[in-house]
Amino acid sequence: MSDVSLTIDGRDVTVPAGTTLLSAAQKVGARIPTICYHEHCTPNGLCRICVVEVEGTRALVPACVAQASERIKVHTRNARVERRRRTILEMLSSGVDLSEAPELLELMSEYHADPTRFPESERREQPVLDDNPMYIRDYSKCILCWRCVQVCADDAQFTYALNFSGRGFATNISTFFEKPMPETTCVFCGQCLGVCPTGALKPKREWLLERGLAPNEIMRETISTKRKPKR
Amino acid sequence: MIQPDRIVATTCPYCGVGCNLQLHIKDDYIYKVTSPFDSVVNHGNLCVKGRFGYDFIYNKERVTAPLIRKTLQKPGARTQGFERSEWGEIPWDEALDYTADRLVEVYKRDGSDAMAVYCCAKATNEDNYLLQKMFRALFRTNNVDHCTRLCHAGSVVALQMAIGSSAMSNTAAEVIHSDVFIVTGSNTAETHPIIALQMKAAVEKHGAKLIVVDPRRVEMVDWATLWLPERPGTDVPVFSAMAHVIIKERLYNEHFVRERTLGFEEFSKSVEKFTPEYAEAISGVDRNLIIEAARMYAKAKNGAIYWALGIPEHSHGTDNAMTLIHLALLTGHIGRTGTGLNPLRGQNNVQGASDSGAMPWHYPGYQSVDHEESARKFERAWSIEPGGLSRKRGLTTTEILSSIEPGGVRALYIMGENPMMSEPNLNHTRQQMEQLEFLVAQDIFINESGAYADVFLPAASWAEKEGTFTNTDRRVQRVRKAIEPRGQSRGDWEIICDLAIRIEKRLSRLSTAFWSYKEPSEVLDEMGRLVPEYAGVKYWRIEREGLQTPVWDDNHPGTPYLFSESFPSGKGKFHPLEYRPAVEMPDGEYPFILTTGRVLEHWHGGTMTRHSQLDELYPGARLEMNPADASWLKMENGQVVRVSSRRGSIVLRVWTTPRTTPGVVFVPMHFAEAAANLLTIDALDPEAKIPEYKACAVRITPAREEELARPGTKFERGRY
Amino acid sequence: MDAFRDLTRLRSILTEFAPQGRTALLPALHAAQHLYGWLPEAIATEVGQALGVPLADVYGVIDFYTMFQRRPAGRTIIRVCEAPVCAFAGCDAVFDAVCRHLEIGPGRLNADGVFTVERAPCLGLCDRPPAVLVNEAAFGHVNPAQAASLCVGSPMRLTSFVGGDIRRLTANCGRGLPALLSDYEASGGYKGLKRALQMKPEDVIGEVKASGLVGYGGAAFPTGVKWEGAARAPGGPKYVVCNADESEPGTFKDRLLLEEDPHRIIEGMVIAAYAIDASKGYIYVRGEYPYAFRVMQEAVGAARQADYLGKNLLGSGFEFDIEVRLGAGAYVCGEETALFESIEGKRGFPRVKPPFPTTQGLFGSPTVINNVETLCNVPLILQQGAADYRKIGTEKSPGSKLFCVSGRVQRPGLYEVPFGVTLRHLLFDLAGGLKEGCVLQAVLLGGAAGAFATEKDLDVPMSFEGFRAAGLPLGSGAVMVFDDTADMLDVLRRLAAFFAHESCGKCYPCQLGTQRQYEILERVAARRSLPGDADRLADVGWTMTDASLCGLGQTAALAVLSAMKLWPEIFEEKDKRPDRHV
Repeated sequence: MSDVSLTIDGRDVTVPAGTTLLSAAQKVGARIPTICYHEHCTPNGLCRICVVEVEGTRALVPACVAQASERIKVHTRNARVERRRRTILEMLSSGVDLSEAPELLELMSEYHADPTRFPESERREQPVLDDNPMYIRDYSKCILCWRCVQVCADDAQFTYALNFSGRGFATNISTFFEKPMPETTCVFCGQCLGVCPTGALKPKREWLLERGLAPNEIMRETISTKRKPKR
Repeated sequence: MIQPDRIVATTCPYCGVGCNLQLHIKDDYIYKVTSPFDSVVNHGNLCVKGRFGYDFIYNKERVTAPLIRKTLQKPGARTQGFERSEWGEIPWDEALDYTADRLVEVYKRDGSDAMAVYCCAKATNEDNYLLQKMFRALFRTNNVDHCTRLCHAGSVVALQMAIGSSAMSNTAAEVIHSDVFIVTGSNTAETHPIIALQMKAAVEKHGAKLIVVDPRRVEMVDWATLWLPERPGTDVPVFSAMAHVIIKERLYNEHFVRERTLGFEEFSKSVEKFTPEYAEAISGVDRNLIIEAARMYAKAKNGAIYWALGIPEHSHGTDNAMTLIHLALLTGHIGRTGTGLNPLRGQNNVQGASDSGAMPWHYPGYQSVDHEESARKFERAWSIEPGGLSRKRGLTTTEILSSIEPGGVRALYIMGENPMMSEPNLNHTRQQMEQLEFLVAQDIFINESGAYADVFLPAASWAEKEGTFTNTDRRVQRVRKAIEPRGQSRGDWEIICDLAIRIEKRLSRLSTAFWSYKEPSEVLDEMGRLVPEYAGVKYWRIEREGLQTPVWDDNHPGTPYLFSESFPSGKGKFHPLEYRPAVEMPDGEYPFILTTGRVLEHWHGGTMTRHSQLDELYPGARLEMNPADASWLKMENGQVVRVSSRRGSIVLRVWTTPRTTPGVVFVPMHFAEAAANLLTIDALDPEAKIPEYKACAVRITPAREEELARPGTKFERGRY
Repeated sequence: MDAFRDLTRLRSILTEFAPQGRTALLPALHAAQHLYGWLPEAIATEVGQALGVPLADVYGVIDFYTMFQRRPAGRTIIRVCEAPVCAFAGCDAVFDAVCRHLEIGPGRLNADGVFTVERAPCLGLCDRPPAVLVNEAAFGHVNPAQAASLCVGSPMRLTSFVGGDIRRLTANCGRGLPALLSDYEASGGYKGLKRALQMKPEDVIGEVKASGLVGYGGAAFPTGVKWEGAARAPGGPKYVVCNADESEPGTFKDRLLLEEDPHRIIEGMVIAAYAIDASKGYIYVRGEYPYAFRVMQEAVGAARQADYLGKNLLGSGFEFDIEVRLGAGAYVCGEETALFESIEGKRGFPRVKPPFPTTQGLFGSPTVINNVETLCNVPLILQQGAADYRKIGTEKSPGSKLFCVSGRVQRPGLYEVPFGVTLRHLLFDLAGGLKEGCVLQAVLLGGAAGAFATEKDLDVPMSFEGFRAAGLPLGSGAVMVFDDTADMLDVLRRLAAFFAHESCGKCYPCQLGTQRQYEILERVAARRSLPGDADRLADVGWTMTDASLCGLGQTAALAVLSAMKLWPEIFEEKDKRPDRHV
């Protein structure tokens, strides 16, 4: 395959055709932040935190999916890019509980994003879903990065237990008619837990440990059939 | 949000895939498991067992102190002690002294043939190497075996006969480079879930075609281009008919057959009678499906065959495996990436336990016990006088059990296995176990077998010791001590060494083998000096990523696929076959064929999974029955039934499902309260000595709710 | 629930859809909903299993499209338009009156289970507001007193006014009836196709390129170049898709073309298909246009009968057929890749571009997707040749353009004008100027995704180059006229509510931005803005414009940003705001 040469933040770099701007930028040491991107998943370019400015292009370009092309000039962090990233982070933190998303909190501080920038905002708050012995789903922490849906489907497990409900800001990760997990096609592989960046999905054991239960109490809590009548 | 005290990289203790794990630990409690996404084995994916099924470590029923039976157990009157009140806790020294005393007593009185050991496919290479060393070097017996006998023995024997090597020829993840692959006798999606993901990706993303040959409509059928629903036990006619078509239509690889195989002419004649019509009559598979499958596989650029226990677990299991080998030898679909003969190993370390010599006919590295030079080599390595090691082939697992009688096996040592769940015809197994004079159980729970023991040695779990596992595609990977052993439990390797030293003392021989290992890596180093394939496997080399054997020396990079140039036996040999039906065929009295196997949520005898929250997801046995049969028997989904064979009966609920074909019923093997192996037949394959788990005749009659071991247990899972 | 036990009819319908697999999901759900009135779990399960679609995905699709009901709904669904023009004409009072009459709340079922009342985004009836859709029947100029008659009323079709300087594209429009195949043929229809079939496909593309035709969907991409890209792209089968998901508030030109001149669209598609060698085409009609959908279906059937579609059409050896699809209530499906997803039986999530449709479009194959109006130009070009076609319009914007004029003018309607006339000409000469006693405050050009023009812009020539120079969008051709009694903040609040409702939720800037934009505008319109709201609003707007994944998000703030530029004072905090607007 042929190579392409481009300029990133004033530095010339040559990469094989087909290289994303994200990896091309790594080559010159420019760190572009990502949220939804995951090496294990098909990139969707949906969080837009990785947008960069390509000279001559009207809108900003998502670096995780945009490919390097000949002679383009890319700015990975000018004032415009930085401002858009900050606003995205501020809007996100005004609607979602990011307290268990250390990488996002780090980004917030790196971009001087103010979590109180959008007062009186609707938050995606909802009760924790504790419907199976293996894991809990706390969608108040869900940033809709889609990774769980992707690994449940063609990116890993081919099980298709998860999809979406609603749309826009009211979008939610959902099972078929919001059924409890044990009534779905879920095989409890936990691939979704493995890619969740915010603690929205976590092992029930971890969740109970956080609540101060001792290991033997957790055991009792998660093994019920033989000892407790079914609710 | 919990900050882990540490995150420990290790290898999954369940199936043979060997997934890489990261254990997240807080206060010695494993609260979460993740997997590195750059793992070459599982790419960050896990199944329900690997992700969640490790809480058995903390189960309060776990034994964490050495136990001794309160009442002396006598041959013929041996009982099961499931209740803790039947046992007394004793200090380690006493337990080990007692064990050594009793073993040496039997040995001194009745000799080598009275001693036997079950090694363990769940334990590490180091544990297994040491345990077989103990029995060979100290008790001079080859009565050393483990559950490989009950799973892939037929495959191993066939592969050894045909090509001289018995492991998976290729790396599982190579399936994405196949354009056609056959999966047979394997419910891959449930038993090797991560390999199944790679297979699904091969179909969905790389355009591969999948051919499933299986009497059950297993999940992989959803991804298949062709499904050949054979009657249980008819693999030889089906695959021989494929060979027939390949030869008749001259679709075979003439160059490969000429250069790399022997016996083609004779073989070619032998399959003449295996026409698709003939195979259809026996197997029930449409002749056109057989022809289409033959063409598809033969014309593939890279064709591969994957199989699990549906092939070898028959009284003609060796023949079954041989028919698959024939297909690869005919087409030359071997020795390249994306091809091969790939028996999927069931247990985390069944490959390694076999490599480590937990075999009655072989020293570590498949060096024959009756081969003088090999015996001398091990005598030298273990400081044994020339001629000291037994040259006699030992007994296999099933043979060990049937030899428990006066004048036969008197003392048995079981590390981590559960023959009282895993042997066929358990009522017979029970009678035999009761005849033992002395039984040692080394395990983490008192399972159905350990309950018979005189002394129980509490072992550390896989998360509490160092070692290595060798996975199904021959990759040796590290197992790490992540937490302290619970209570007084100790690593198997430590227990064995301490015990061996005591035994050596009591035997007062002139020279003694070495037992003072400081750490397991020294054990593997010793094994590497004796097993050329392991010569280059060193702990320092597999810290991050495992190595695939053979690894001939410290610089050798390992071997992703085998046989590119030649077979260990030189040329591949065709072996003409005859069709032999299953030993027990359905009849008017027992009209159904019973086949057995695993489910996703559980694992083998259930020692681990049934002490885990996994049991919540699949809490009891059910009989899978085709809706057509159910309506014929006027039975409804969820109804309680009794399943009886000529050997025993169990009571469980019916699950009507198209997953089984009419005339065939399925019972998972994990549930002691409805143990499938009470029904199975102890007919053995003549070469491999593997029992026929996959076919026996049963009848099904209504039963009452109260007859269930756990009345009221219902299934609420939706995915089925 | 007993009604759902009888699945026999559904199952027989599903066996017809089953061979198509997932792509038949929306049609199958429509059919199921037609049978049962809504889509309960049991029905969704049947549909999913028949088509081999994972159940979670079936639910995802049902819950994405607003016209699929997952709760019990009435046999009769009354949809009251809430777009700005209808709002200005009193749609809220109509909505309340209907609810009162039926004694139900929004989205609820009335006591006997017959009626459901919903608010709807623009119904494309902006020339006679306020508009109401009762199942398939459209009602215009509705007043609250008509609530009862709406509920029992029989369908009566209202004719839209069609006028303009020339009548090329709209030659057959304005009669309130579909032009039959014979009508169309009599007016020279299908001659362009016959000529095209005599030409080499590359020459057809050459002709279209020479005509200077560009896409009328908003992006103004040269049509010939698009076709050429698809023709040259490797792989297949190739597709031609007609984007008839006209959902831009204030726009109704495509509806009229669909309803009154369906064969012109078909002819344009066949020519496109011949040019790129496609064998299958789709017309994706928005869910709120059930009548247009039926007209199109009938026309496709007639065209097939007359050998304009099908195998070896007109004896040319060329094969092409068209399937008409009905959307189900999702503005975002007007975005071309979201539309593909919808045809494929998925949620209408726009895809990342590139790859572009010409190389990887519908089902991953090279696809030409054109807007209705664009395709309607194609037969003209082939019939009269590029040179003649270019005699109208400007050098850079050849041809004519349809504008949908609504709001405070004497004669709202659809107007066809040559490119280059002024807005003043359109509004005052053609549409009769503002209503008696009204003073022009602003014109919203291009719909919700458009921008405001004012008095000073009246003499800008309406062409691509003219508007570009003035910084105005031509967009969809919507021209919404507001007089000085209109509360522009309320207009903006409604536009913001529309985008928040229609955002698909995929990319963060739009998913979050449309919500935050609405929240801020709701405060501002209620005169209780917080310090810094103007800043926030601009920031959100620019973030959506700059960083959103698709055109919806990229234009969701255009109107707001243009208003902020024109009338910065109305966004200031309450105490600083001039009295006039309080």
